[in-house]
Amino acid sequence: MTPRQRRWIFLVAGAGLVAFYLWGLLGLPGFGRYPGPYGPAILRVVVAQTNATGVVSAINFDYRGFDTVGEEFILFVAAAGVATVLRRLRGERDRPAVDEAADRDVPDTSSAVRMVALLSVGPVVLAGWWLASHAQTNPSGGFQGGVMLATAFVLIYLSGEFLVFKRFSPVDLTDVVEAVGAAGFAAIGVSAVAMGLPYLKNYLPLGQVPGAVSSSGTIALISFFVGIEVAAAFILIVGELLDQTLLIRRYSSGRGG
Amino acid sequence: MQVFPFIVVAWILAVGLYGVVTSRHLVHQIICLIVVQSSTYVLLLGVGYVTGAVAPYFFDVPNHTPAVDPVVQACALTDVVVEAAVTALLLSFAIQAYKRFGTLDPQELAALKG
Repeated sequence: MTPRQRRWIFLVAGAGLVAFYLWGLLGLPGFGRYPGPYGPAILRVVVAQTNATGVVSAINFDYRGFDTVGEEFILFVAAAGVATVLRRLRGERDRPAVDEAADRDVPDTSSAVRMVALLSVGPVVLAGWWLASHAQTNPSGGFQGGVMLATAFVLIYLSGEFLVFKRFSPVDLTDVVEAVGAAGFAAIGVSAVAMGLPYLKNYLPLGQVPGAVSSSGTIALISFFVGIEVAAAFILIVGELLDQTLLIRRYSSGRGG
Repeated sequence: MQVFPFIVVAWILAVGLYGVVTSRHLVHQIICLIVVQSSTYVLLLGVGYVTGAVAPYFFDVPNHTPAVDPVVQACALTDVVVEAAVTALLLSFAIQAYKRFGTLDPQELAALKG
């Protein structure tokens, strides 16, 4: 198929898509006039029922918690998939990056970059934990916090310390942490079943003050487990991708070497 | 102005799709797919918007203040996570494709399959 044919097929399909989109648009309520009923119903009862003031987290980790189990396992499977796709293939071997042009001067990572990256690690870890542990309070939660925690490890890499990055996030340990995060979420749900309650039922004490860190029962706990799962998954994915560029080379110096 | 957000959605979707179709580089194509998916965030948040309402967080505003729909916001969060997962997988496929075929041009890759 030539690019020209491809573009024509795209234009025809695109015209059809536009027609359907406009048709669908006619059935939508006008912008700013969301009619409900699902969202408004939750807004009426959420603080009384869960003691969480972060309604989006309450929905993600309680009302629609079962969806989020699936969502978390999508990420889990994606990390496993990246590790599988990027496994060492036949004809490949680990090879530490060697300087093949010793006569050319490769500048070291500048000390300014190293300073800023290493100095940011602490605050980034703190902010990540803060996000992961305040899902019940404000617009934060395990997903956001987890990504931020993983960023701290990327900063270590950015400061020019690939080996330190690997030492701080050994694959075995990260695997275990990821599994604990994913299993913790599922186990909270199953423990409710063991008590004769529905799966993921919020059975822990909800606390006294709406929006306090100690409030909202299982929402806060699930957010914590999601946080460590997401952080570990992203560290694994980043680590795999870095391995590809820095360690694994093709054995033969053929095409694409 | 009633339909303006939904026109923005269509525009982002169209730009992304055009990029996917005409792309000559896998990484560029993956980024175009991210652009396509970004249109769904705007759509979800646009559908749930309520004029004059606050964000669905009652930490420093009184409970029962009119708020925008929180369910679509939760869906948008799910959307972001799935996008990150899909992007990671696609990038690893791109790496392997380059190792195997020595090119990242989707049109050359299609030709190699023969």
